[in-house]
Amino acid sequence: MADFRLPSLGADMQSAIMVRWNVHPGDRVKRGDIVAEVETDKGLVALEVFEDGIVDRILVHEEAKIPVGTVLATIRSNGAAPVAAAAAAPPALTETKAPTQPLTESAAETPARPPVQAVSERVRASPSARQLARDLGIDLHRVQGSGPGGAIQRSDVERAAEAAKAAPKPPSPPSGEPPAQPLPKPAVERPVEPLPAPGGERLVEPAAAVPASERRVASDFQAGMRRAIAAAMARSNRDIPHYYLETHIDMSRALRWLESENQKRSIRERLLPAVALLKAVARALGEVPQLNGYWLDDRHQVQEAIHIGFAIALRQGGLVTPAIHHVDVKTLDELMVSLGDLITRTRAGQLRGSELTDATITVTNLGDLGVEAVHGVIYPPQVALVGFGKILERPWAENGLLGVRPVLAATLAGDHRATDGRIGAQFLTALNRILQEPEHL
Amino acid sequence: MKTEAQIRDVVLRGLQRIAPEADFEKVDPGEPLREALDIDSFDFLNFLVGLHDGLGVEVPESDYGKLGSLDAILKYLSSRVG
Repeated sequence: MADFRLPSLGADMQSAIMVRWNVHPGDRVKRGDIVAEVETDKGLVALEVFEDGIVDRILVHEEAKIPVGTVLATIRSNGAAPVAAAAAAPPALTETKAPTQPLTESAAETPARPPVQAVSERVRASPSARQLARDLGIDLHRVQGSGPGGAIQRSDVERAAEAAKAAPKPPSPPSGEPPAQPLPKPAVERPVEPLPAPGGERLVEPAAAVPASERRVASDFQAGMRRAIAAAMARSNRDIPHYYLETHIDMSRALRWLESENQKRSIRERLLPAVALLKAVARALGEVPQLNGYWLDDRHQVQEAIHIGFAIALRQGGLVTPAIHHVDVKTLDELMVSLGDLITRTRAGQLRGSELTDATITVTNLGDLGVEAVHGVIYPPQVALVGFGKILERPWAENGLLGVRPVLAATLAGDHRATDGRIGAQFLTALNRILQEPEHL
Repeated sequence: MKTEAQIRDVVLRGLQRIAPEADFEKVDPGEPLREALDIDSFDFLNFLVGLHDGLGVEVPESDYGKLGSLDAILKYLSSRVG
């Protein structure tokens, strides 16, 4: 039996909200199948299973906020018999309606009321509505839900808040029952009450996971993302002794080669310089593999597969660095498709867990913005960050002759615990050489 | 044969797709669009694909420099299409 846990989807991640399960107990799953979707501050992320098997028990229900590491479900291997659920075991939690353990007397009073007013039950509300209610101090039990099945939506909470401001009495619905007493929390909620997260309990919601009608103000999401990025960057700067190297690369051959390649292609298949840079990084890592991996458990762990995290800016601010897998093995055309797909899904908040966790190194390409060179901060547990600035026409001397070339400033930030400047220099030298022979990319 | 208005329509729709939050009433047509709209090379390529689909014009890489501002884009496309 295997535990399927909530992975850490970024150095800064503390928790996530379970949004949707795509499987039920008894379903057969294959490695790579997407079994659930969670909300993180990077958007909606699809979680994949890493082994074949049969879903045994689902332990976390939708809308629950769970810390990283929580066991979300158990999966038994094909051929194993289902474990008989013990009487006191946590209930299979795919529905949020009826609690499965007896509650107090108030349960007896519920049948006559409309579902949303059944105060002894867990209130059905969207994550966005829940968060807003938390922020505004609105008791969800007192809010009339107008969503499907009487579920409370953000607009309902907003209305309740307005009414609370306007009138001295509580804003709720006609039955006007006494304010919710200290209700025993329904048993279904207990396993997933958020642990005190070091950064505070406040959960951030991505815009993409919530219907347009409930979309949280972009600034709140951005604030949350910035906090997460701040935490990660501060930790990186504090924990990782960085060294920085820079080199200038004559890109004339590479650009000329790309242009001739693009003339053979339709506009839809056109290759961007970024994919040439990514492939070149992957090939350079083949020669200097020490930069491809992690610093974990106090030691350097070089990885064989090359998954490059690519820094993608979100339109309203914020940065995500999902991984493109196996860059060394893909052709430039395949990389163009992967990159395009990744950028589109990143901006739509539709990434997979493996894309957020698998990067073995990160590349940040700020060339489009006109920045000349990038001196970035490494994303732990990686040990290197490659930066590319804008390709600028510069005077260039070669073979005693002076000319003008398109020049790219390439930088490397290295974790000094894992490698030293000599290794970093070897990498940049290899990168430069590889970009002078673009036809071999 | 496309009219100026049709060209403008295709261009604005294409730009709106890559910069959904931009207000084109307020964009200065002479201003460089890259910074004004915060679009990168990936966005720009998608925009060009849209121009190809909408107007049948394939912009070669060597002409990228001629598409800096809204005015420049409209002028370039008129000469290619008109």
